[in-house]
Amino acid sequence: MYVAVKGGDAAIENSQSLLAEERRGDTAVDELDLEQIKQQLSLAVDRVMTEGSLYDEDLAALAIKQARGDIVEAIFLLRAYRTTLPRFGASEPIDTGDMAVRRRISATFKDVPGGQILGPSFDYTHRLLDFTLAANGEPPAPTPVAEAPVDEAMPRVTELLNQEGLIEQESADDDQEVFDLTRESMKFPADREARLQNLARGDEGFLLALGYSTQRGWGRNHPFAGEIRMGEVAVEFTPEELGFPIEIAEITVTECQMVNQFKGSSEVPPQFTRGYGLTFGHCERKAMSMALVDRALRAEELGESIEAPAQDQEFVLAHACNVEASGFVQHLKLPHYVDFQSELVTVRALRKAIRESAANQEDPGMPPAAE
Amino acid sequence: MDGTPNAATPETLAGYNFAYLDEQTKRMIRRATLKAVAIPGYQVPFGSREMPLPYGWGTGGIQVTASIIGVEDTLKVIDQGADDTTNAVNIRRFFAKTAGVATTEKTAEASIIQTRHRIPEEPLRADQIIVYQVPQPEPLRFIEPREAETRKMHALSEYGIMHVGLYEEIAHFGRITQGYNYPVQVDDRYIMAPSPIPKFDNPKMDHMPALQLFGAGREKRIYAVPPHTKVKSLDFEDHPFTIESWEQTCALCGSEESYLDEVITDDRGSRLFVCSDSDYCRTRRDAGHEGSGLPVPAEPDTTASEPAGESS
Repeated sequence: MYVAVKGGDAAIENSQSLLAEERRGDTAVDELDLEQIKQQLSLAVDRVMTEGSLYDEDLAALAIKQARGDIVEAIFLLRAYRTTLPRFGASEPIDTGDMAVRRRISATFKDVPGGQILGPSFDYTHRLLDFTLAANGEPPAPTPVAEAPVDEAMPRVTELLNQEGLIEQESADDDQEVFDLTRESMKFPADREARLQNLARGDEGFLLALGYSTQRGWGRNHPFAGEIRMGEVAVEFTPEELGFPIEIAEITVTECQMVNQFKGSSEVPPQFTRGYGLTFGHCERKAMSMALVDRALRAEELGESIEAPAQDQEFVLAHACNVEASGFVQHLKLPHYVDFQSELVTVRALRKAIRESAANQEDPGMPPAAE
Repeated sequence: MDGTPNAATPETLAGYNFAYLDEQTKRMIRRATLKAVAIPGYQVPFGSREMPLPYGWGTGGIQVTASIIGVEDTLKVIDQGADDTTNAVNIRRFFAKTAGVATTEKTAEASIIQTRHRIPEEPLRADQIIVYQVPQPEPLRFIEPREAETRKMHALSEYGIMHVGLYEEIAHFGRITQGYNYPVQVDDRYIMAPSPIPKFDNPKMDHMPALQLFGAGREKRIYAVPPHTKVKSLDFEDHPFTIESWEQTCALCGSEESYLDEVITDDRGSRLFVCSDSDYCRTRRDAGHEGSGLPVPAEPDTTASEPAGESS
């Protein structure tokens, strides 16, 4: 008697046990601890926190460890945990103008009030494999400390342009209720706050490619990196019973303000416009890509023609989430044999019809087939 | 179906609420579901949550089930009609772990049936709910990719484009080639995606006594067909809707009426036809029905004919 081979409890359990073994690897090698991941793979932690939409370095490190370094899987783990957390309110808007800056650069001016601060950056490293690291290198020499601290006042570069009226004004209505992408489904057309929330948790690779495409002429928006800054900001929350804000955390964020050309329209004279990017931790590539795509998605609002993928909000926003994308692409691994059977029936029937009609044509006793 | 945990709550996963979702989320999903029932076939947006299973693997169905399941319920989960496919096993394990509810493989014993790609062969009753996992809730999506447009088309019942699509298939192939996820019209109003069930199952949706709920997690939509509601598969007067049929019968139980899976048994293409609904097949065998048990040799292009089934 034939018995169909199908999966079952035991197969799933064994597969998961194998996975745990593979994750651990050779037990003769020390197990990674979360502190090591947090300290030494900090940019991976930052990306997982950003796209996982949860600022928690310990949980992000745990997710990276559990996911065996698969970042998208780690993001998924963090998101699935995050969604179970109770929501007790929204913080006050963070003030990146008040950031304790560790890095701040502008590509639009040679010097700016507060100065250019490179901070920790790969930018001017030569990408040469450092074999001393492979040999478990020595701790790096301490970085010399500047004689004077950085300026307290670190005005945003876009505000400097603002004084001349050269750049569009952007003011938020802080009393307006905040849309929450994680609790409500997106509606199209989506306004900018919803778009920015979507991009903030969107896949870095996807946004990088889209941002890049705008630079190559697919929705060109003439960007300049007005300012990129990274550092610590305070998170304040106003508990109802207190009625005034208290500081509940300090988090690291990276902010990118792109300054983009705008030819002007019948109502607005030519001026610069903005694209905005913000991430948890130090995710500079993501922040810049996000700013490019944010600006591209403003095409409609600015009266520009929508011709390129990066300008098309349904295309961009519906496909930016790597947790959704990864799940749906990989669901193709699930059995589809019922639907495939249905296709088999259809294809066989179509082929049979064609074969029969060909046979009729060859048969001289039959009348010729109609054209 | 009271989802509120009470003193009789069975032992569930520590640190998580009964059936995983918090009660606020369940309430939000129930509201969306009630709206869906009130407007048959209309896709209601909802705040779909990340689930601990991947998107595309049944997160919509799982959220709907989690929001309606109570401690008294008995759950059956099928994928491709079978209870023992890996994804069905996994989802059943998820609810056994997080809700501790009774599970069953018997269609007749279940109060909630979560399914992917099939409707059980055994007719469902008024005291049962079937929850479909839906990958793409929008039947117009592959004709019009933009959500803003398709919502407008539904609002205005502007469905001509769908009929043109079907007509073009007839013009090209002499028949409608859509074999699964075959579009239906619910209660003479909304065109609805029945989820990727084979069109063989479409007639079962029509005036079904059980409540039919559809959850699309990734696309964040819930829709429903209330009990005893008209569900019509789209067709034309001169090209009536037909379903798949087989020359073969089930090799295990001999059924001539069920949807058959084709299993390749050797490297020469011999095939065995067996019921895709594993519970239906087992029940028949227990009742003494028997099939030939024999594979069918490969005989290209003669296995199935269409149209030969009943039109609905």
